[in-house]
Amino acid sequence: MAVLSEELKNRIRAYIPKYPRKQAVTLPALHLVHDEMRTVSNEAIVEIAELLELAPSEVRDTMTFYQFFKGEGEKLGQTRLWICRGLACMLRGAYELIDHCEAKLGIRCGETTADGKITLEVAECIGACEGAPACLRNDAHVMDVSVNKADAMMDELRK
Amino acid sequence: MNKAHPWQRVGLKEPNMPYEPVLLARIARPGSQRLDGYRADGGYATFERALKNLKPEQVVAQVKDSGLRGRGGAGFPCGLKWTFLPKDHPGPIYLCVNADESEPCTYNNRILMEKDPHQVLEGVMLACYAIKSQKAFFYVRYEYGDAFRSLTSAIDELYAAGLLGENILKSGFNLDIVLHRGAGAYICGEETGLIESLEGKRAWPRIKPPFPAIEGAFRKPTIVNNVETLACVTQVMKRGKEWFQSLGIPPDPKNPRDAGSYGPKLYTIAGHVNSPKCVELPMGVTIRELVEKHGGGVWKGRKAKAVNPGGLSMGFVNVNTRLKDSDQTEYDIPLDFNGPGRVGCLGLGTAAVTVIDDRTSMVDVLHNVCQFFAHESCGQCTPCREGTGWMLKIVERMRRGRGTRGDLDILIDVADRMGIMPGTTICGLADGAGWPVKTAIRKFRDEFEAAIQSGSKSQYVKSLPVAAH
Repeated sequence: MAVLSEELKNRIRAYIPKYPRKQAVTLPALHLVHDEMRTVSNEAIVEIAELLELAPSEVRDTMTFYQFFKGEGEKLGQTRLWICRGLACMLRGAYELIDHCEAKLGIRCGETTADGKITLEVAECIGACEGAPACLRNDAHVMDVSVNKADAMMDELRK
Repeated sequence: MNKAHPWQRVGLKEPNMPYEPVLLARIARPGSQRLDGYRADGGYATFERALKNLKPEQVVAQVKDSGLRGRGGAGFPCGLKWTFLPKDHPGPIYLCVNADESEPCTYNNRILMEKDPHQVLEGVMLACYAIKSQKAFFYVRYEYGDAFRSLTSAIDELYAAGLLGENILKSGFNLDIVLHRGAGAYICGEETGLIESLEGKRAWPRIKPPFPAIEGAFRKPTIVNNVETLACVTQVMKRGKEWFQSLGIPPDPKNPRDAGSYGPKLYTIAGHVNSPKCVELPMGVTIRELVEKHGGGVWKGRKAKAVNPGGLSMGFVNVNTRLKDSDQTEYDIPLDFNGPGRVGCLGLGTAAVTVIDDRTSMVDVLHNVCQFFAHESCGQCTPCREGTGWMLKIVERMRRGRGTRGDLDILIDVADRMGIMPGTTICGLADGAGWPVKTAIRKFRDEFEAAIQSGSKSQYVKSLPVAAH
């Protein structure tokens, strides 16, 4: 049973002419699928492989290198909230912020809240050091995250 | 008065001249990302002039003569790298833009891409013209979502204006720029790791030679350049070699292998300072000036203890350590390509300065560093995969108050044996993982020994999960 919609497949196909080899579309395809489905299931891997004329194991091999992608049986929440633990953020309170968010949401980093709204993660340096401690809300930087600012953001995301 | 150390600001023409930023000149303007604004400021005129009046070889020569060295970390002369491409190659030749700026505490490329993408893209276009490439792959790390969006709309504008695509400005030159998004792996900043990742594989660095200029992306000749380097290419082509060499530090006449440290540089200041920011200055500013003058001084009225001068891989300086035969300390070293190396650091790196105040435990700092490299080692070479893991375990034990006397020497021993310098790994990640360990222990040995002896626990010991990417 197909898990990727024709529309999604077409968006993947649109990347193919940009590269000299189809395999180069692996990361773009994984991103498209992961963004939309919040996971890349084994079936999705097979379908990506078909589109790119690869063996499913090749797609999986690449995908698992980047721990970024959630695989079979894992699923991201609506918002992925990364808290940076790089040195610049650590020096300005990132570890305390991580503890605070875990306590507030009642989950550990790497887990998703029961209502499926927030997946909390820690990130290696996200390059937002002038606004340390910083987080990524999906892929957008949030700078100077105080405990209050984090609380307000988590409340908003859980609405 | 401090007695100046002989290498201090050698040759800088006017040490105290006020500096007007060039690379960052436009970032505060409203709509700085847009094509119309960039063109109103004279943007793309340099590219047009190059297309009309210059041969590709002349562009290569002008960049080479300027002495521009790569801003990504290694400082390899940019124009020289371009000349390594095979002569009269039938093509295709590729340019890869390395925008995987993942070195911890570094964010200068991000500022350029977010705020002035066209300056970077003009550099990409000039570079492609110079190396006769018709396709550039712009590899942006995933975490830079805003930069990615800013570049996406900038590239769309260029296609709409006929500055990208086929037969650009009726010159017969074709160029496509493809934005490619990473997925959160530090190793993709290593040029052959980046190429493998671009090809859709695990980002395992390749054994060199062949270097990418001979066989790179998709087995074709490839040049990999950093974002800031390409922004400098725009300015070198616009303003010329004389301007570029009026800034920075000329080559050391006593060292025939020194290529000098010319031009402007983006320095980022982070950590325990009052105002962390990215500033542009002529190459060779001292750490002290950056922190005290541009970073607003150390926060909370405290004093600096250690500084990381160029991204974690470069190691640490001890601001209280006197330089030999001088009243100055390691705090006073100039941040040019040679400065940090003279006090035991790996090099200038990304010129990202992170300040650590005197209340912070170096054990905690070292733990953070080891945690990063253990997580980001790609796992291909055993000394690095295992070495970074074991260093983290040892420091973690130390952090829990259970370090032993031999730990420090073991850490240095492990760090010394991994990397391309001892010849045990394929890429430099391991050298970068070892350097902060070696420098922290050598320069703060008393503190580490006292921590081990007292058996005190780190304040952070209770939690800290493993990163998910």
